[in-house]
Amino acid sequence: MTLIAAEGIDLRYGARRVLHGVSLRIERGEIVTVVGPNGSGKSSLLRCLIGAERPSSGRILRAAGLRLGYVPQKLHIDATLPITARRFLDLPQRVPEAEAAAALEEAGAPGLGGLQMAALSGGQFQRVLLARAILGRPDLLLLDEPTQGLDQAGTSGFYRRLAAIRDRLGCAVLLVSHDLHVVMSASDRVVCLNGHVCCEGTPAVVSAAPAWRELFGTGTAGALALYRHEHDHEDHVAHHHPVAGAE
Amino acid sequence: MILDAFLWRAGLAGLGVALAAALLGCFVVWRRMAYFGDATAHAAILGVALSLAGGVLPPLGILVVAGLMAVLITVLAERGLGTDTILGVLAHGALGVGLFAAAVLPGPRVNLESWLFGDVLTVTWRDLGLIWAGTAVVGLVLWRHWGMLLTATLSPDLARAAGMDPRRATLLLSLLLAALVAVGIQVVGALLVTALLVIPAASARGLARTPEGMAGIAAGIGALSAVGGLGLAILADAGVGPSTVTAAALLFAIVTATTRLRGR
Repeated sequence: MTLIAAEGIDLRYGARRVLHGVSLRIERGEIVTVVGPNGSGKSSLLRCLIGAERPSSGRILRAAGLRLGYVPQKLHIDATLPITARRFLDLPQRVPEAEAAAALEEAGAPGLGGLQMAALSGGQFQRVLLARAILGRPDLLLLDEPTQGLDQAGTSGFYRRLAAIRDRLGCAVLLVSHDLHVVMSASDRVVCLNGHVCCEGTPAVVSAAPAWRELFGTGTAGALALYRHEHDHEDHVAHHHPVAGAE
Repeated sequence: MILDAFLWRAGLAGLGVALAAALLGCFVVWRRMAYFGDATAHAAILGVALSLAGGVLPPLGILVVAGLMAVLITVLAERGLGTDTILGVLAHGALGVGLFAAAVLPGPRVNLESWLFGDVLTVTWRDLGLIWAGTAVVGLVLWRHWGMLLTATLSPDLARAAGMDPRRATLLLSLLLAALVAVGIQVVGALLVTALLVIPAASARGLARTPEGMAGIAAGIGALSAVGGLGLAILADAGVGPSTVTAAALLFAIVTATTRLRGR
């Protein structure tokens, strides 16, 4: 069942065309990652999907009554606004104590409820954002660069957590990432974006596509070699990864 | 000591305005709208001049002109034009135009001092009713839409994703600001309304752990400033508006100093 679909959307900021002719379809239950270089319109695409940006042409179709859970890349809380993590979970709607505690646990931030949001580390803050997003029982969870600042082990752990959340809620997950390595091993589908959709498909298909190599082949040679290695040898029990220079 | 009726009215008027201003002021501080408050309040002078020339009750004229100013700023801000510079132009331009209009428009002579600095001792029972009606409206609207306003203040994108329109929050707060100016101008005057918005909220920041806590403490500090200010005005034989703001500033200094000392 299609939850949300973008059909040929264009987005302009003044004279600059950030997105052109982007079409995308998200089905229930899948984990889709959008990858692309800096300035390729990844965050803008996500913001179009949540309705924060209005595409200059094309359209966005949503399943009736679709509930979105959004985890922004950054959230600046003004220093004049005191708010505990627990109170933050009550936005936009109050939630019972037990549910709040369970959501923090599931997002990997147990026991942080009493702390001020301003006192949380980057990783803790991100997990509280995730906890808030899943409290709304979303049909579609959208995350903008959620693994930024996490090391590779942290990133893999985060993807495992997302998969568990997806399994429990039966939702779809759409995320933006530049961490190519983990993306390739943890997503059901990868969309490679650079203003337009360059290529799209399962990780194996995408990493073999010429457009993908053109985009990532030079700068991230080490990382690319790494997942080529993984995809070529998926049945291997033990992986002896080469040390990747671009990590 | 038996207080005269006019003192009771002055005290109650100050209390009503201070409470509404303190609650609304939290959003003004969180959203960095202090200049916005100034522009809206200064536009009130033009509202006064126009109402007196047109034979309308001043609060009505103020509400309309300040409301138009608030909407204008909201629209400009949404187009990315709500910079400090443009707000500065609007805030001081509105004051200049208002003073100019007060001088040249026909109608009864405008007593500028009472509109600029407030004249709470002349508040009638009808004025008092109007002030508390305004306070009730501000309080009720904030209470009713608190979750939406807070979400949109923290992040317009989170509000969007939850199916809310953050522009509604901005517009609602602007209109409440205009309503507060319309009822508050008689108490503290157009030049000092922003002080009642900002100072109690700023004082409450260091004492609160949640947004609601901050709003509650700000309301308490606002109420204390209103009562203390009236006392100060009687003692020192000074204007009530300036005395109220002086009391608020003193409270801010005391709270900030003690929380800093305890924090270090």
